[in-house]
Amino acid sequence: MTTLPIEPVSRPSQPRWQVLLGVDRSDRIYRQILTLFALALPALMLVLLGVLFVSALPALKRYGPSFLWTSTWDPVKDVYGAAPMVFGTLASSFLALLLAVPLALSVAIFLTEFSPRWLRQPVAFLVELLAAIPSVVYGVWGIFVLIPFLRSSVVPPLKSVLGWLPLFKGVFYGNSLLAGGIILAIMIVPYIAAVSREVLLAVPVSQREAALAMGATRWEAVRSAVLPYGRAGLIGAIILGLGRALGETMAVTMLIGNRHDIGVSLFAPAYTMAAAIANEFSEATTSLYLSALFEVGLILFVVTVVVNAIARWLIWRVARGTAVGSRAL
Amino acid sequence: MSARAFRRHLVSRLMTGVVVLFSFVAVLALVLILGNLLLKGATSINWDFFTKNPVPAGQTGGGVANAIVGTGIIVALAALIGVPIGVGAGMYLAEYGGGRFGFLVRFVADVLNGTPSIVIGIVGWTFIVRPTGHFSALAGSVSLAILMIPMLARTTEEMVRLVPNSLREAALALGYARWRTSLKVVARTALGGIVTGCLVGIARIAGETAPLLFTALGNLNFSLSVNHPMQTLSLQIYVYGTGPFEEWHRLAWASALVLMGLVLIISLAARWVTRQRYGSIR
Repeated sequence: MTTLPIEPVSRPSQPRWQVLLGVDRSDRIYRQILTLFALALPALMLVLLGVLFVSALPALKRYGPSFLWTSTWDPVKDVYGAAPMVFGTLASSFLALLLAVPLALSVAIFLTEFSPRWLRQPVAFLVELLAAIPSVVYGVWGIFVLIPFLRSSVVPPLKSVLGWLPLFKGVFYGNSLLAGGIILAIMIVPYIAAVSREVLLAVPVSQREAALAMGATRWEAVRSAVLPYGRAGLIGAIILGLGRALGETMAVTMLIGNRHDIGVSLFAPAYTMAAAIANEFSEATTSLYLSALFEVGLILFVVTVVVNAIARWLIWRVARGTAVGSRAL
Repeated sequence: MSARAFRRHLVSRLMTGVVVLFSFVAVLALVLILGNLLLKGATSINWDFFTKNPVPAGQTGGGVANAIVGTGIIVALAALIGVPIGVGAGMYLAEYGGGRFGFLVRFVADVLNGTPSIVIGIVGWTFIVRPTGHFSALAGSVSLAILMIPMLARTTEEMVRLVPNSLREAALALGYARWRTSLKVVARTALGGIVTGCLVGIARIAGETAPLLFTALGNLNFSLSVNHPMQTLSLQIYVYGTGPFEEWHRLAWASALVLMGLVLIISLAARWVTRQRYGSIR
């Protein structure tokens, strides 16, 4: 065997050792181009934050933090306080979580632990499909199917049994906190379910085997070995769902009633931050009005960023590095 | 069996039942929505629906030809802007993303993925509509592209990471430069997955409404100019669904069915591409 036919494959201007190490000039250029693309993401983040902040500055200066707990929103007098929307956003999101979490976790547990093999793919596909339905379509369904259904078959029994609770007092308006919360719940079930499923799939089989070998029933194995192992990730999945619910716009705008009110009753109309922007942005006649809406956007953005960051951190602790949930998008 | 063991098994059975029941309810919601969509949408669709433009409010008839074309144009333009950047960023994450900067990009992508789309809409408005002084389809496309980029970056990364390292090593051992290996071997092997990611991204932005409210705005007439307001199916559904006329509601259902069908077809195409490429791996 004679010498191997290694000839310099690139420009002779480069020292031979660089060529042998594979440090090629074209490689550097390639890497720089890709880095440029990657830089787009952090840049985008900064730009979003910057634009919102600068546009919100007049309102920020005028009201300071009291913007959050002032409940007057009067474009005629040019006075703005976001308390009703903050309340409505939180109330509708928590109502949605309350309804969605048991359903979504059930789907995840069913798919990973109890389901016969042949049923896994179809159910997972159906749930993914639920995530693919556009928000406006949920809105239309809510207006023409959900609200009439609530009016005819859900609200009357609720009133007759639990009508003494302030939650269920008053006239059912149709477009209400209840309708908005329910549609949000249906919308976030697939996200929470998909991420939870991936978290549960990341739980080692040995966890289950160990529990079962010690005589646990199937449910006990799930409850004592699988769920605790994936707990951080499951909480992450739920928080991820919360993030979705907080920022969801169209369906909520179409169903929640859009009234600047803070009411205890689920039957009364409410407002959310995203809905306020959607409804009023194009009507904002004064610069302070516009700025107030940008401040609402800024608050929404910062809150969802924080919520998502917490969620990702929790999920990464269980399923490190994988883009959990990205397939559910 | 002792009473204790009996109780434990009973609880197990009971909880299994609850889990199955809840899963059933979650799937039922989907079946209900799709069923309603089919029922109410299909009865409202006719040939005019696809070929005619909207008629003035209160009149019957008319279609949404302008919205269907508009959706195509706005989404295609958004993909044109978003796909290169998103896929490029994803390639970076897969090839060089091991360090601190890679971690940052990955984290930002995940966080941006959860950003409310309405917020991106008002930023698009600030950047394009305000300086140019008029609403435009282009502004809508840019907003949708922004929505798409973080999603694509993450799915591309995931797909490229599935390529076995031995392929990369083989190419490098044959004297390929790294960039060549990356493009000709790694990216090519992952192409099916990358295309799937792009299709899923496109399916998602095709249904978006919120970022278009203050950018593309909507248009009652047929328009092909990206410098002017343009109608999309999603905007049309919003206007018709919340409007007061019976006829509008009919058109809203029909448009919703068409939009859902569009999203579904793209999603199924995405699945099909993956299956072609990876067979049983995924």
